[in-house]
Amino acid sequence: MRKVITGNVAVAYGAMLSDVQVVAAYPITPQTTIIEELATMQAEGLVDFDYIRVESEHSAMAACIGAEMGGARAFTATCGQGLFLMHEMLHYAAGARTPVVLANVNRAAAAPWSIWSDQTDSVSQRETGWIQLYCEGNQEVLDTTIMAFKIAERLRLPAMVVLDAFFLSHTSEPVDIPEKERVRDFLPPIDPGENWLDPDNPRTFGGITMNDAYMEFRWQIQRDMEKAKGIITEVHEDFAQAFGRTYRQVEEYRAQDTELVLVVSGTVASTARDAVDYLREKGKGVGMVKLKTLRPFPREEVIETLKGKKKVAVIDRNFSPGATGVWAQEVRSALYDLPEAQRPLIYGYVAGIGGRDISVKTIEEIYTKTLEDAEPDDVDMWVGVNYV
Amino acid sequence: MIEIRFHGRGGQGAVVASKILATSIFLEDRYSQSFPAFGVERRGAPVTAFLRVDDKPIRIRTEIYEPDHLVVLDPLLVDQVPLASGLKNDGIVIINSSKKPEEFSDKFKGFRVATVPAGRIAVKHHLGTPQSPIVNTAILGAVAKVLGVVSLENLIEGIKADVPAHTEDNAAAAKEAYEMVSDAVVL
Repeated sequence: MRKVITGNVAVAYGAMLSDVQVVAAYPITPQTTIIEELATMQAEGLVDFDYIRVESEHSAMAACIGAEMGGARAFTATCGQGLFLMHEMLHYAAGARTPVVLANVNRAAAAPWSIWSDQTDSVSQRETGWIQLYCEGNQEVLDTTIMAFKIAERLRLPAMVVLDAFFLSHTSEPVDIPEKERVRDFLPPIDPGENWLDPDNPRTFGGITMNDAYMEFRWQIQRDMEKAKGIITEVHEDFAQAFGRTYRQVEEYRAQDTELVLVVSGTVASTARDAVDYLREKGKGVGMVKLKTLRPFPREEVIETLKGKKKVAVIDRNFSPGATGVWAQEVRSALYDLPEAQRPLIYGYVAGIGGRDISVKTIEEIYTKTLEDAEPDDVDMWVGVNYV
Repeated sequence: MIEIRFHGRGGQGAVVASKILATSIFLEDRYSQSFPAFGVERRGAPVTAFLRVDDKPIRIRTEIYEPDHLVVLDPLLVDQVPLASGLKNDGIVIINSSKKPEEFSDKFKGFRVATVPAGRIAVKHHLGTPQSPIVNTAILGAVAKVLGVVSLENLIEGIKADVPAHTEDNAAAAKEAYEMVSDAVVL
């Protein structure tokens, strides 16, 4: 079935089709319509889950962790301040190896208040042990939500589906909605294995762990995050096989024959496809590389894709005060070990903070500066800022 | 690609109008994208919504700065908001108004303007209240006729898909506006 739906409704479809068993959530703009839509779907009998209304996002994640420890498939959605309030429990979800799936609608951080899009909320959770999957369109949002359950449950690590506020959350466009039976074939019921809270076989998890064992638990997370790269690729391939739509952790768009490449994520990737076509028509040599995963960071693929390029312009719709945009940090770190002859210059750009538009014109400006400047500036260039 | 910008006030249904039109156009096997301007919408405050139509998937995800056409749900906005900003030269403006298009010549000089009494039509079909009618489905009838981006049949199918309440009244309002809208007059 194809329907014109918003990104938030696409998330709800993804969770519904994945037969979630527990949803614990707290409303916050611009996420709210996700959990409203799920409540409607539950009321209409499209899905049967326990809906736990909680008093905060912190409790929402705690409830999801509890549900997963009881062997259930759990889902929640939030954004911005809600994700910040959840932060402590995000660490816990990964540490407890509970494969919760969370949809985060990127919302800028207060103060001052903003409900509009930037990635600072999700990139701030980089160290929590969550897999992070960024989307550029509503179809990808729906498909990624389904895939996130499969990836998370195979690894017993939580996964975050990330979508831009408004540019996806409230934008309606045609989306192919798969049949539930086909999703069931793709995504088997959750199997918690041995490690769940079975009333018939009481056990304890997560108690105080001394320094003779804690490090091993953490090392296992690190090991499995490395393993996640291969598993995400496998799940992408399984999905393409089942539904005919292809996704990659690192995707090139007209980037193979160019010396200058834009590196982007989220909806900027979508607009950048138009920008690249537009610039190519004008005879400019430019391509685009879209990064879908921030964690695990697809280091090897990034190196393979960008080695030998002359210049790489990373566009960050986020920043780390006192450092650079987070994707730029990651790309620089990955490429540093290349021999100098193969190592591109990295140009960092911060753009679109707090929902400011990143248009074809913005991207053209970034391209032109990257082309004309012999060397990158010491700090990221903030695109379109009125310096006061 | 055709880009249409909707101007209304919170409560008139501008955002839903762009969504219904997106659904209707999709029924004709074309691609559509609709979204609200990302403001903090309140009842009565100026609201903007956007619609893109194309024969191929739409990848651009930004606001519309140079629309092909405008749809104005509240004629009072004409004096309060620079509506013609960025409007392309041969653009058509559809205004919810009982006035003749010529009466808007000072604001839309050189553009094509069509008017339709969408508020009156909405009231007649009991959509919203007489003080605050919901004019979105009525004005979409005019959009279907004047811009030709969708057939009346598919518009009504779109209304049925996206408007769960008073579906028949909304469809009737669209049909009446389709028949009543003025020609687009060059000003």
